[in-house]
Amino acid sequence: MTSEEWQIVWFTAWVSALSTLVILPFGLALAWILARRDWLGKSIVETLVSLPLVMPPVATGLILLKLFGRRGAIGGFLHDQLNFDVIFTWRAVLLALSVMSLPLLIRSARVAFEEVNPRLEQIARTLGAGNWRVFFTITVPLAARGIVAGMILAFARALGEFGATIMVAGNIPGKTSTLSLTIFQDVQLGQDAHAFRLLGVSVVLAFAAVWFSEFLLRRRKK
Amino acid sequence: MNLLLKHITLPLANFTLEVDAGIRSRVTAIFGPSGAGKTSLLDLIAGLRCAQSAFIQLDDRVLTDTAKGFFVPTHQRGIGYVPQDLALFPHLSVRQNLLYGCKSGGAADPLFSFDHVIEVLEIRSLIVRGVTELSGGEKQRVALARALLASPRLLLLDEPLASLDAPLKAKIIPYLTRIRDEFRIPMLCVTHDRFEALALADEIIVLVNGQVLQTGPVLDVFNRPANSDVAKIVSVETLQAGSIAGLNEGLATVKIRDVTLTALAPTTGAREVFVCIRGEDVILQRDAAVASSVRNRLSARIVALRTEGALVRVELDAGFPLFALITRPACIELALREGEPITALIKTPAIHLVPR
Repeated sequence: MTSEEWQIVWFTAWVSALSTLVILPFGLALAWILARRDWLGKSIVETLVSLPLVMPPVATGLILLKLFGRRGAIGGFLHDQLNFDVIFTWRAVLLALSVMSLPLLIRSARVAFEEVNPRLEQIARTLGAGNWRVFFTITVPLAARGIVAGMILAFARALGEFGATIMVAGNIPGKTSTLSLTIFQDVQLGQDAHAFRLLGVSVVLAFAAVWFSEFLLRRRKK
Repeated sequence: MNLLLKHITLPLANFTLEVDAGIRSRVTAIFGPSGAGKTSLLDLIAGLRCAQSAFIQLDDRVLTDTAKGFFVPTHQRGIGYVPQDLALFPHLSVRQNLLYGCKSGGAADPLFSFDHVIEVLEIRSLIVRGVTELSGGEKQRVALARALLASPRLLLLDEPLASLDAPLKAKIIPYLTRIRDEFRIPMLCVTHDRFEALALADEIIVLVNGQVLQTGPVLDVFNRPANSDVAKIVSVETLQAGSIAGLNEGLATVKIRDVTLTALAPTTGAREVFVCIRGEDVILQRDAAVASSVRNRLSARIVALRTEGALVRVELDAGFPLFALITRPACIELALREGEPITALIKTPAIHLVPR
C-alpha cells in the first residue's frame, strides 16, 4: 500500500465516521418523534426520510448538487452570505454520505424506540424525572443496541457510497477521492492491482462493521 | 389528605369515564371490575393522561384545571405510582432503581431515608442484585420502596396484589399496611378484589363502566350497597367484624358478638378480622336435630323475606344479621315466614376471614 492509498482509506473512514456522528442527534430526534408522536403529515415525512434508500443514488446526488451548487437555493446563500462552498470539497462528501446513510439510522433507531415500554418512561416521570432525563436515562439506554446497530449500518453505507458522492464531490485526488470512487477509476484506467488492494481493504472494513452489528443484535435478543 | 376530583370526563373505548369525588381517608380503594376505567383514573391523577375536562386538587395545590388550561407536569406532582406491571427499569440494578427518584442530597424527611425505607420493606439483601433476578414478591417490594423513596405526597397503587398468588398476597398485605401506618402516606389503591379492599382501605369508591356508583366507608358500602349493580359487584351478603378466639389444627374459632363460628385459619397472624359469608353458602333447615357434616349450626329467627327474581333473600337474626339466598320453590317448600325460628348451616370453608 502506498501512502496515497493509505490517505484514501483514512479519508474514507473518517469522513464516514464523521457523517455518522453528524446525523446522530438529528436522526435520533426524528426517529423518536416518528416512534412516539402522531402528527399531521407524519406519513409524508416517513416517506421522505426513506427516499434516499430507494431512489437511485445518482438522482439523490443530482438533487443535492442543484440545492448546494453556487446557484442553488442553499448553496447560493452559503456562498453569497458566508463565502462558504460545499460542492467539490470534502464537505460535499460529508453531505452525500450523511443524506445517504440517514434512513438506515432512523429506521433502526425508530424500531428500537418503539420497543421501549412507554410505561417505564411514564413511571420515571412520576419519580420526578423531566423529559430530558427520561430520554437519556430510560429511553436511550433501553434502545441502545438498536441505536448502535443503526449507527454501524449507517457507517457501512457511508463507506461504500458512490453515486451521490461523485455527483456532488467529483473525484478529486487527495481532496474528495474515496475508496469506491478510486476503485472505479482504477478499473477504468486498467490499474487492476491497485484496485484489488483497495477492494481488499473495503472487504475488511465492511466485514468488521456488519459482524459487529450482528454481534450487538444477538446480544440484544438475549 | 384531601384529594378533589371534579368534573372529570375522559372518553374511553367503550364508555366515558366520569368522576366527581372528594377523597379524604388515608387509604381509599377504587373498586370495580376489570375495564371499569380504574387505571385511567390513576393516570389522570398522576398527570400521565389528559382528560377532556378535569379539576384535580391535592390538599391546597391545584394539579389539573382544564377550564383554565392549567396542568402540572407529572414529574412536578410528587405523586408516587406503582403500576400493575411494576415497571422496574430492567437496565438498572435494584439499587439504581431505588435511587432513581431520590432527591439529590437525600430526602428532607428522615422517614423517607434510604435506610429506613429498605428496612421497613426488608429488601436490604436485594439491592446488589439485577432486577431480573427477583421473584414476584421481591419485585413488588422493590417497586413500593422506589416509589416511597421519592417521598411522594400521595401513593397510587394499581392492583398491588393481582399478579401474586394467594400465599404471596398474604405476605405482601402486611407490607402495605406497614407503609400505611409507618409513613402515614395517603394511598389510592385500585382493586377488583373485595378482600383486598377490606384488608387495606378505609373508604371505597365503586367504579363501573366509568361511573361512580357509590362511595363511603368500606363496611357501609359492602353491607348496604346503594343499588343492585353495586350489590352484584360486592357480592358478599354478610359482612361482620369479628375476632379470632382460638386456633386449632388449621381451624379458627371466630366470635361475632356472642356467636361462635368455625372457619379455616387465616394465613396471616391477625386476630381482628372481617367475617364474610356469601348468601348462597347459607343453608336453611327446619329440623335442628338432623345430623350433617356442617360445623356451623346457628339458631336464627327470620326477620324479612325479599324476592329477587328466582331467588329469595332471607334476612336472619342469628345473634348478628345473616343473609341467605335460596330459590323460591325452596322457600315455599319450607313454608318460611317472617318471625319464625329456623336453623342456618354454614360450611367451614364458606366463611372467609379478612384481616382488618
